[in-house]
Amino acid sequence: MSQSKGRFGVHGGQYIPETLMNAINELEKAYNHYKDDPEFNRELTQLFNEYAGRPSLLYYAEKLTKELGGAKIYLKREDLNHTGSHKINNVLGQALLAKKMGKTRLIAETGAGQHGVATATAAALLGMECVVFMGEEDTKRQALNVYRMKLLGSEVIPVTTGTATLKDAVSEAMREWTKRISDTHYCLGSVMGPHPFPTIVRDFQAVISRESRQQILDKEGRLPDAVIACVGGGSNAIGSFYHYIPDENVRLIGCEAAGRGIDTFETAATVNTGKIGIFHGMKSYFCQDEYGQIAPVYSISAGLDYPGVGPEHAYLHDIGRAEYVPVTDDEAVNAFEYLSRVEGIIPAIESAHAVAYAMKLAPTMDKDKIIIITISGRGDKDCAAIARYRGEDIYE
Amino acid sequence: MSNIRKAFENGKAFIPFITCGDPDLETTAKVVRAAADAGADLIELGIPFSDPTAEGPVIQGANIRALAGGVTTDKIFDFVTELRRDVKIPLVFMTYANVVFSYGGERFMSRCKESGIDGIILPDLPYEEKDEFSDVSKKYGIDMISLIAPTSEDRAAMIAKDAEGFIYIVSSLGVTGVRSEINTDISRIVKVIRENTDVPCAVGFGISEPRQAQKMAGISDGAIVGSAIIKIIEQYGKDSPYYVGEYVRLMKEAVSGV
Repeated sequence: MSQSKGRFGVHGGQYIPETLMNAINELEKAYNHYKDDPEFNRELTQLFNEYAGRPSLLYYAEKLTKELGGAKIYLKREDLNHTGSHKINNVLGQALLAKKMGKTRLIAETGAGQHGVATATAAALLGMECVVFMGEEDTKRQALNVYRMKLLGSEVIPVTTGTATLKDAVSEAMREWTKRISDTHYCLGSVMGPHPFPTIVRDFQAVISRESRQQILDKEGRLPDAVIACVGGGSNAIGSFYHYIPDENVRLIGCEAAGRGIDTFETAATVNTGKIGIFHGMKSYFCQDEYGQIAPVYSISAGLDYPGVGPEHAYLHDIGRAEYVPVTDDEAVNAFEYLSRVEGIIPAIESAHAVAYAMKLAPTMDKDKIIIITISGRGDKDCAAIARYRGEDIYE
Repeated sequence: MSNIRKAFENGKAFIPFITCGDPDLETTAKVVRAAADAGADLIELGIPFSDPTAEGPVIQGANIRALAGGVTTDKIFDFVTELRRDVKIPLVFMTYANVVFSYGGERFMSRCKESGIDGIILPDLPYEEKDEFSDVSKKYGIDMISLIAPTSEDRAAMIAKDAEGFIYIVSSLGVTGVRSEINTDISRIVKVIRENTDVPCAVGFGISEPRQAQKMAGISDGAIVGSAIIKIIEQYGKDSPYYVGEYVRLMKEAVSGV
């Protein structure tokens, strides 16, 4: 009798080629050992605090709160982490784990380039070889991040297959892993893929809500009424939600990239427009046609431009514990500009999706309510693309 | 008894892989008949998938061409029904889990039975996940073909014990595609299989030349070739049936010479 592991309700599992099964089992075994190992946790905490700049600030956005005229808004500032996004949390954990497992080489996929940059950074710090797969389309949208990865000593391989975006970068990284397993760890960047990745990545990202929960209790003496984060694969969102899941009065809101709208074909809002399927190692929701062919998706944000969502999000949606709302390109770009102007904080275009929804929600809530928005990354990387969106051509 | 066993009653088996609808179903039908006439013992029919993560560039290309040509799972079932009027050798599907899942496991397997498909290979459905479809595949008598890889190690015995149809031995690490050399100790894997089951086993991934096929069939029950055939179809398009037939004849002779 076979046994399926890593389930979140019906979602999750391990739908991968036999060639990778022992590598995945070895990873699971190593993770189960090290996650409770005091020495591993001491080293990781030290990297978080001394290298990545944790804990990240929970900042009361007073001006934003007043402008919107409703709930009190706090920003969880993952953009202030070293390398400029939440991606470093997961990468430091996985790279340290890989090193303990005797691996000498990291491979990764990247969309916006934030995970690629974070992986390249950890590889440089820990003295590991690094190869990053990035859709050719994204290497153009995020040329600066390609340069950063190379500067950090990584090789960047542009992926030309399929839609030449994040999904194809994941496929290509998986193909590469089946070619070279013994010395290589696939440092997956989101809470997706086969078990144990959704659990490992969640646990490393859960530092976000572990900190924010304590920070809001210190500042306000109570829990927030809503936590809002953007969702592509869903790693910053699950990290932002995780420690609030048992607190049923805290609304958990994931903001999906609707692109040009969920009533168009140019969207990446998986929970809102997809259906259940099996892809990239997991059962979850995917944008696909009636025959199960994965749909080409679209978003202005290279980091949210993915046709699936992590299995734990699919489960939180099924049981009604979290809400997943669509946010369009237009709304996200407006929020990108708005937060920059009002608070002097330029958010990543991914995070701007969460800000956009908060701009709609906050005014409908009473002034004694509290919202936490996770600013998953900083927006420097997006300035050229947003300028282009507004019809202005600037040199990067 | 599984119909697939017939493929292994003609000496060593030669098993070609063909993507349905590349470049169109009319050509695929001619290619399948040419391969069968030339001595193919079993044919793997690929149902194209948009994102075939176990395939190298050659078969990825075939998937893209087939989907661009408008082929669908329904059209492929109709195509197999038509093929079955004269093609008697065992036929198995090779596709990805989502193609079956989205069609509905039971509906998919029942249509396999109706149209005359004998088995199915799903490279992204490992042993631990086979319960996804195993109840319905058993119900309709469709063999779920297991894969064993060079990295399977202690898993090989477990997989072999539950195997049905035939066992697909993956010759090397990585994705499908032509390789100049195969360095895996296949004999060792075959030994484990023989100790655990009498289900036949054939070797695939990277085989393109007669001498490789002969060597691999020599240590197992047959050889599987995909990318080398897809390359012929890519090169000759609608004229490819003749060339595929000639190639299959050459390869069947090579494996028979063992």
